[in-house]
Amino acid sequence: MAETIPAGATTEGAIQVGHPRDARVSAPASYDVADFPVPHGREEEWRFTPLERLRGLHDGTAVADGGVKVEVTAPQGVTVETVGRDDARLGKAGKPVDRVAAQAYSSFEKASLVSVPKDTVLTEPVRIAVHGAGGTAYGHQVIEVGAFAEAVVVIDHTGDAVLAANVEYVIGDGAKLTVVSVQDWDDKAVHIAQHTALVGRDASFKSVIVTLGGDLVRLSPRVIYGAPGGEADLYGLYFTDKGQHQEHRLFIDHDTPHCRSNVAYKGALQGQDAHAVWIGDVLIRAEAEGTDTYELNRNLVLTDGARVDSVPNLEIETGEIVGAGHASATGRFDDEQLFYLMARGIPEGEARRLVVRGFFGELIQQIGLPELEERLMAKIDAELEASV
Amino acid sequence: MATLEIHDLHVSVEAEGGPREILRGVDLTVKQGETHAIMGPNGSGKSTLAYSLAGHPKYTVTGGTVTLDGENVLDMTVDERARAGVFLAMQYPVEVPGVSVSNFLRTSATAIRGEAPKLRTWVKEVKEAMQRLQIDPAFAERNVNEGFSGGEKKRHEILQLELLKPKIAILDETDSGLDVDALRVVSEGVNRVAESGEVGTLLITHYTRILRYIKPDHVHVFSAGRIVESGGPELADTLENEGYESYVKGGASA
Repeated sequence: MAETIPAGATTEGAIQVGHPRDARVSAPASYDVADFPVPHGREEEWRFTPLERLRGLHDGTAVADGGVKVEVTAPQGVTVETVGRDDARLGKAGKPVDRVAAQAYSSFEKASLVSVPKDTVLTEPVRIAVHGAGGTAYGHQVIEVGAFAEAVVVIDHTGDAVLAANVEYVIGDGAKLTVVSVQDWDDKAVHIAQHTALVGRDASFKSVIVTLGGDLVRLSPRVIYGAPGGEADLYGLYFTDKGQHQEHRLFIDHDTPHCRSNVAYKGALQGQDAHAVWIGDVLIRAEAEGTDTYELNRNLVLTDGARVDSVPNLEIETGEIVGAGHASATGRFDDEQLFYLMARGIPEGEARRLVVRGFFGELIQQIGLPELEERLMAKIDAELEASV
Repeated sequence: MATLEIHDLHVSVEAEGGPREILRGVDLTVKQGETHAIMGPNGSGKSTLAYSLAGHPKYTVTGGTVTLDGENVLDMTVDERARAGVFLAMQYPVEVPGVSVSNFLRTSATAIRGEAPKLRTWVKEVKEAMQRLQIDPAFAERNVNEGFSGGEKKRHEILQLELLKPKIAILDETDSGLDVDALRVVSEGVNRVAESGEVGTLLITHYTRILRYIKPDHVHVFSAGRIVESGGPELADTLENEGYESYVKGGASA
């Protein structure tokens, strides 16, 4: 099942296969920040993250100043509310699993709650615009989709912010939710978020994470199955530039029989000290018979000086499964590839675009919203132009 | 009629302790419709000649001229040379992750022809060319050269040769690493293109084996960075029997 690592692939990163030490995190999950010690950087879940660039989100020194605006635009039939901390519908998908997520949960003042009633099939996406005007914020969003409802949600992060947030997806029985989260931040933004999906019986969850901007972005998408028959497809795309740190830490907890998960994350890197981290943890517990899971991470290193750490972890406690596999490969686009394409008449800029568009194409198509797909491709082209 | 003229070509590479001269005055004229074989021992500079003509940045031209129908090839970028009609089938084709063969072929054909080929005729054209080279249709969806066997890579090079229809085709050790069946299929492809009469072929090889399938009009012996002897097909037979030994010695004393 494993993909062949292309001959000549050289990155400074590591590919490890082993037990997910952080599948059950070093401190137990909790809503309370006080339950987590301040990380020092050597913990399994923090060892790749430059703590000094977190602007105090990890040690309690970051102070919210309200400089991040959240606007929700929803089609008819969808309820959009801003609720206080004590609302009973908050925190149902799962607990924060690291100190910054717990800090966000302990510190947010108002949460955005989007509810799609049962049996409602939306024809237009719900749009959540998160825009930073240079401020610091702790955020909380909940997206509830009722039984047999179908919805697409686009969360668009722009501007400059220091943001720690939790996003919960609560997907009812037989419901279908697609979430596209775009991190299109300005250069200095810091964004740390946990996305927790609780997938109902025979429900489908599709997540497409697109991380392009920011100084430091660290997202932790997590999937928990509430009942059998659930499906989760987690797609991700990142374009990590010079000096950027982009980290995606996935965890799929197969604790329920007959559920399926599929992960495909792809990243391109260019420039000095571009650093991408991908952690893919899948745990198949003893009771999760009939599980079918596969995860893939591929990285395309466009220039020297970039670093990838790609760590797939699969822990299997039962043999009564349909399938389980993972693959990780990191390859480079180098001068010889450029020469080869140019020797076939293709101009240099087009050669680079060809490679990167080809690499991301199938993931971009997963979004299913043409105008957003085009905007993201244009953005990726622009990132490429900047480097050539 | 297209003509590639190489005159007194000198080429160096950067090496430890400064530039090292590899080509030392190559003179050669290849006309459309002709097949030239360049034969020589390892390290004689054959591949350097091939890559220098295609414009690989590793090689620095320090003297001489290369023209294609009077146009200065050495002034052109790599892609301009390809669009002018110079094609290099590489000895070690490069893997290009993320780019499917079909996308690659179409992009390349669009660049060379100056307009995108019409989709319907293009699909047929590619399919037929692949069939002739006994390439599995599933190939089109694989990434360029990724996970290809040695024989698959070479067939893929010749597929491009057939589709791009260059004026001058340089085949750099296309025969190396092929078993007899693959060698025959690849040679048939080269012959089909040559028989059109529209391409001048520069066949670079270490072994005489491929000359059982491809009949050159001219054979040149390459040693120590230049052509030391030229002749007709019979020269290949001499090399087959006697090897390169006399030329290597001659080259060393030259």
